[in-house]
Amino acid sequence: MSTSQVIRSAHADQQSDGRILRYTLSERVQHWLGAFTYIYCLITGLAFWSPYMFWLADLVGGGPTARFWHPWFGVGFALSVFWMYKMWRGDLATTDADRRWWKAINYYVENDDEKLPPVGRFNFGQKIFFWLMFFGVILLLITGLGLWFVESIPWSLRWLRYLAVTVHVVAALATIGAFIIHIYMSVFMEPESFQAMIHGRVPSAWARTYHRLWYEQVTKPSSAGK
Amino acid sequence: MSQATLQIVKISGHAGPVPGAGVERAEQVCKLVDTTTCIGCKACEVACLEWNGYTFTDTVFDNSYQTMPDTAWNYWNLIKFNEHEREDGSVTLLMRKDQCMHCAEPGCLAACPADGAIVQYSNGIVDFQQANCIGCGYCVSGCPFNIPKFNSATKKMFKCTLCSDRVNEGLEPACIKSCPTGCLHFGTKDDMKDLAETRAKQLRENYGIEKAGVYDPQGVGGTGVIYVLHDVTNPEAYGGLPKDPHIPWVVKFWKGPAKWIGNFAMLFGVVGVTMHYLRFGPKPADDGKNGNGGQP
Repeated sequence: MSTSQVIRSAHADQQSDGRILRYTLSERVQHWLGAFTYIYCLITGLAFWSPYMFWLADLVGGGPTARFWHPWFGVGFALSVFWMYKMWRGDLATTDADRRWWKAINYYVENDDEKLPPVGRFNFGQKIFFWLMFFGVILLLITGLGLWFVESIPWSLRWLRYLAVTVHVVAALATIGAFIIHIYMSVFMEPESFQAMIHGRVPSAWARTYHRLWYEQVTKPSSAGK
Repeated sequence: MSQATLQIVKISGHAGPVPGAGVERAEQVCKLVDTTTCIGCKACEVACLEWNGYTFTDTVFDNSYQTMPDTAWNYWNLIKFNEHEREDGSVTLLMRKDQCMHCAEPGCLAACPADGAIVQYSNGIVDFQQANCIGCGYCVSGCPFNIPKFNSATKKMFKCTLCSDRVNEGLEPACIKSCPTGCLHFGTKDDMKDLAETRAKQLRENYGIEKAGVYDPQGVGGTGVIYVLHDVTNPEAYGGLPKDPHIPWVVKFWKGPAKWIGNFAMLFGVVGVTMHYLRFGPKPADDGKNGNGGQP
């Protein structure tokens, strides 16, 4: 769904109940598809990562089952992220507003949001999160294939096996760091955004406060008619 | 695979210390392969199949006497044939029985994430416990000798057990029993090392094979299979026997410091966001300054 379609439907919704459509149904579906597949890979990946977390594999049917499904869910997660890229590409470019916002990031961290420059549909932190997941999943997919079909890597090229193990771990840890912040931000810091990802809508005041440029864009009558 | 009376000293993917490790000490067992008296008859290959219950499967002919290019999940013992040109220009055939080396410091065991899928007994045998194996293939990356192989039907890894089931009952491994030339020996590590050194000395002094020596790589803490080679300075010529094998440093880092760095970083992340929540709390749905719905 393109931005203009979101704007149109958002405008229509705003008229009816005073809340703004932030995520369309297909955006919500792809988000939860990504969330489900990522969390599966996280649980099983942590089980393979440390003997002290191997019990996590029991939550999803035991070690061999976890090992069987982990790569398939990984492929599913990669596909869902690529789908996100296709849908959100237009909203993810870095803008001047983002640069100004990033310089004032300390106000965001300290909840002094009224001192922040206005931003569009996604703030720069959200964009960083997306790009980290996007490039992270590309690395995880490539190296994951190497781990999945490890015997297909010839003995003479075994350094690729070692590279795959290392990069897979580093990329996974980077996404886990981003994931912790993502969950914290969306569930605890801004509960409205969690509701938005379930029901699709946010209060007008929330949109005005945290995504002013986007709010102005979707509520401006002239843009809705285009 | 039998572990009824064998004491375990190392367990893969195990949280915490190994129960009972170090309670009793046992002699280290060892295979000695004297490549200078091997005739390449492959009796050991057949004996291995027979004892372990495998039947012969399709193979690939690659212009060599070698049965197949590499060991397989159901073919643990393979004589590697290599034509080798001596310094004087004459050609010889180097034959080396390839199988799991039963390292004192096994890379497969270090890399394995599954609790108890790979164990090392107090007699030094490194054994795969397929019941606990999850089939991830990490042992493939950990092994410096390219030994563990994947059975795609059962999704389990397999390799030579050093006939732990026979050794447990006081028998020698099947390959040893079948050798017609006596180039294979089995006994304690000390005895085999002694015998190997004696043979190497004999080769150097009585046969003029000056570079003859014993292959017992210390990079993996020594191995449970040792070789007498005509030229110990060039083990690579014997079907790619590594000159200085060791657990890949990547695997050591991954299973060592990286664990603690990664775990600490994840813990730091969770504690960090919790502290932030306690200090700053959630963001209000509305900052209060624009609450009247007017244009900003």
